[in-house]
Amino acid sequence: MSDATLHLHPEVETSHHVHADEHDVHHHKQTFITKYIFSTDHKTIAKQFLITGMAWAVIGGLFSVLFRLQLGFPDQSFPFLEDVFGHWAKGGKISPEFYYALITMHGTILVFFVLTAGLSGTFANFLIPLQIGARDMASPFLNMLSYWFFFLSSIIMFSSLFISTGPASGGWTSYPPLSALAQASEGSKLGMDLWLVSMAFFIVSSLLGGLNYVSTILNMRTKGMSMTRMPLTMWGIFFTAILGILSFPVLLSGAVLLLFDRNLGTSFFLSDIYIAGQALPNEGGSAILFQHLFWFLGHPEVYIIILPTMGIVSEILAIYSRKPIFGYLAMVGSLFTICILSLLVWAHHMFVTGLNPFLGSVFTLLTLLIAVPSAIKVFNWLTTIWRGSIRFTPAMLFSIGFVSIFISGGLTGIFLGNSTIDIHLHDTMFNIAHFHLVMGVAAFFGMFAGIYHWFPKMFGRYMNNTIGYIHFWITLIGAYLIFWPMHYQGFAGMPRRYFDKSSWVSFNQFADLDKMITVVTIIVFATQLMFLFNFFYSIYKGRKSTVQNPWNATTLEWTTPIRPGHGNWDGEIPEVHRWPYDYSKDGRDFIPQTEPIGANESVEH
Amino acid sequence: MQAFFIIAILVLGLLVIFQIAKASEYVSILQGEEKARKQSNKINGFLLLAFLIIGLIGVYYCNESLKGKILGDAASDHGVLIDKLLYITLGITFVVFLGTHIALFWFAYKYQESDTRKAFYYPHNNKLELLWTAVPAITLTILVGFGIFYWFKINGDPPKNANVVEITGSQFKWEFRYPGFDKVLGKKYYKNIDDLNSNPLGQLWDDKYNQDDIYSTGEPMKLVVNKPVQLVIYSKDVIHDVGLPHFRLKMDAVPGTPTTMWFTPLYTTKQMKEKTGNPNFVYEIACDQMCGKGHTGMRGEIEVVTQSEFDMWMASKKPQYIVANPDKDPSAPKPTTDTLKIAAATTLPK
Repeated sequence: MSDATLHLHPEVETSHHVHADEHDVHHHKQTFITKYIFSTDHKTIAKQFLITGMAWAVIGGLFSVLFRLQLGFPDQSFPFLEDVFGHWAKGGKISPEFYYALITMHGTILVFFVLTAGLSGTFANFLIPLQIGARDMASPFLNMLSYWFFFLSSIIMFSSLFISTGPASGGWTSYPPLSALAQASEGSKLGMDLWLVSMAFFIVSSLLGGLNYVSTILNMRTKGMSMTRMPLTMWGIFFTAILGILSFPVLLSGAVLLLFDRNLGTSFFLSDIYIAGQALPNEGGSAILFQHLFWFLGHPEVYIIILPTMGIVSEILAIYSRKPIFGYLAMVGSLFTICILSLLVWAHHMFVTGLNPFLGSVFTLLTLLIAVPSAIKVFNWLTTIWRGSIRFTPAMLFSIGFVSIFISGGLTGIFLGNSTIDIHLHDTMFNIAHFHLVMGVAAFFGMFAGIYHWFPKMFGRYMNNTIGYIHFWITLIGAYLIFWPMHYQGFAGMPRRYFDKSSWVSFNQFADLDKMITVVTIIVFATQLMFLFNFFYSIYKGRKSTVQNPWNATTLEWTTPIRPGHGNWDGEIPEVHRWPYDYSKDGRDFIPQTEPIGANESVEH
Repeated sequence: MQAFFIIAILVLGLLVIFQIAKASEYVSILQGEEKARKQSNKINGFLLLAFLIIGLIGVYYCNESLKGKILGDAASDHGVLIDKLLYITLGITFVVFLGTHIALFWFAYKYQESDTRKAFYYPHNNKLELLWTAVPAITLTILVGFGIFYWFKINGDPPKNANVVEITGSQFKWEFRYPGFDKVLGKKYYKNIDDLNSNPLGQLWDDKYNQDDIYSTGEPMKLVVNKPVQLVIYSKDVIHDVGLPHFRLKMDAVPGTPTTMWFTPLYTTKQMKEKTGNPNFVYEIACDQMCGKGHTGMRGEIEVVTQSEFDMWMASKKPQYIVANPDKDPSAPKPTTDTLKIAAATTLPK
């Protein structure tokens, strides 16, 4: 009985017969390899990025559970750890070297492999051609290369987890001299070389992808799709790609110079060092130079992570509120402003490195300026849901959660961006709480929202809503339980990256709090596994999507067949006549972008 | 075994959730999607409102239980400034947090889908947008103004009468050097570092300013209460950071690039013990920049004392120049041939 209702209209799904002579749809014969592995279809590449990103997210998340075990229960031993990790966890206790390897890899994996490649790679590849009306990316082949460079970089990073001296363990920022000198730490031996090489390939991947995204958006929009008729997701991705193109090469230069210092005896970052009973010959380098190179990418990087999700969330809030996004141009303008400013604030990570105080004041000013466009966005989101007709799908809930988390994490940025307060809070748990909320949890919320929303377009099925709701509520509550009290540890000056606080008079008062945080972390992590289960189960067994436009959205991707083939539209690419936010206009629930402006329509767009 | 049970329970929990979820999906299909959506809409709308209220209570409770654990008043003049700006910022951001969150969750609850109301087509309003560009801009200007004003106070030149103390970080310890009567630290060069010959900092013995410098490690750094002090910060190997949570200050120790910071301690360690009611109170130096496997244990202490206590302590120390060159000790008895031999033997090149 239910089976019959589940599989209504099977004919809609298979309605994809292409007259090859009529349109330039790629319709060559595809083998398993060309279809799923070395595919040039942007939709398949998007799924490859997504699923690789998920695998990394599980590893990176699991690492955080492990080091949280150490932080929450420093005196207890967990024999299973020794069974799995051998001498890294002798007697079931995590060794300091292992701990630092875990936090380093957790940061690297989540920042780069999950929230850059997994996020941009997924949604940029999937949505750009579908939302601007193109058959594929500007260069499908470069696009495929972008994925495979990412894969290569993943393999190198993954293999570094298994070498005897362990993976890089100088923090995800890899400041030299710690990361430059093998004598300074176990992780600075082979692990660090692998880290740098892997990052170099990663940067290549991200540049190939980014150039493709920008050229596709600029050149391949369908007829009528002017830049200001693009959905905000496109704007978010567009600025993200530009940021990546401008800043990633600088990190590449830093990585290459560091490789030289490590292996060729140069002194770019090394000077006046006496280590392990020996004075090194290097003189005249500057350790701070690396920080400039790193943060020139590192800061835009956090916007590379958050801008696409801002776009996704803007889109989803509008759709499920059945209202246009409030202040479309202001939203684009604020994305642009954030994009520019984010290139000009990198040294706020370096207020306490002995930076010239005058520079410190300039960077304080520029940093706090970012709060203005961020505030505009928040107020516009709030106004978007105001007097809407809100449907709480999991995607919408995650978008609302995104706004909440983004506010909470963004406001603490006003503390840290102000150089005076940063003196006290720099490198404390306050900082951890701040950036995990604003770019970690918030970006994940945006990503979840996007996955729930576009899942029917990706796989022609729905994810299970009930699991989605449980996923949302546990994750939202858990995120606040984990990170809200952490700010207090930071107020007490408790440094980040401390392995065991019990010997400190000033920081040992939070033992109970750390236990609570660890327990919640485990629960939240398990919930994410549940989400993954829902995702993979639904790909094969989810409720089938029977309508072309399940969310009644206006944008172009919902005019394609339920399971679009390579080339996306069976017939001609539709023409666009209006902006994408005509919801509840003139008494109509929504007007697709493809519908010409009617004679009696109230406002033009 | 315990871990096994926990995992088993988690897996079982997930299975149960999955079964319920699957069942509810079937139920919703039987009911009709429209009705099921309205039902879950109501539930989630209510939960959002509940989350706001319970969450705000949680925020209050969290503050009540943790506010006593954040180290009390700042113990330096600069720390007082930093705390002041911190609390100004906290006040402003908390108001914004409260306002935006109440709006977000209240709107979500109030404007959930309903049969009696339609969404309001409201694409933009220039006045409103101008308003919420201007208000944050003005607020932030105030914060930046305060911030930069304090920043230059904190980072300005130290007063002329300030004491100087040198602090050097290395994996994983802190070493201190005090200038003697000449108030000037002697020159040093990293290639002269020689632990075996009592020259852990690489001082140049032919620089006469070095001859009265006091070296100390493994004991607290001594500072004088109410007397400005400038710390000159070095690192021997990797980047460390002199973090002083009670003074609210920190500054990186960078190999090859000395840095400085100055402040005035306001309370002696004794006064802090009384103030905090904690007989074990110490000012701690925490390394705040990850420096390797022993990072967590890179702990130093500061003891803030009165001027006379400080003078007595200084008088009890021997300059490192004398420790490294015992034959130069003016207070030592004239060397006999025996002691000369011993001295010569200990300074022989290895």
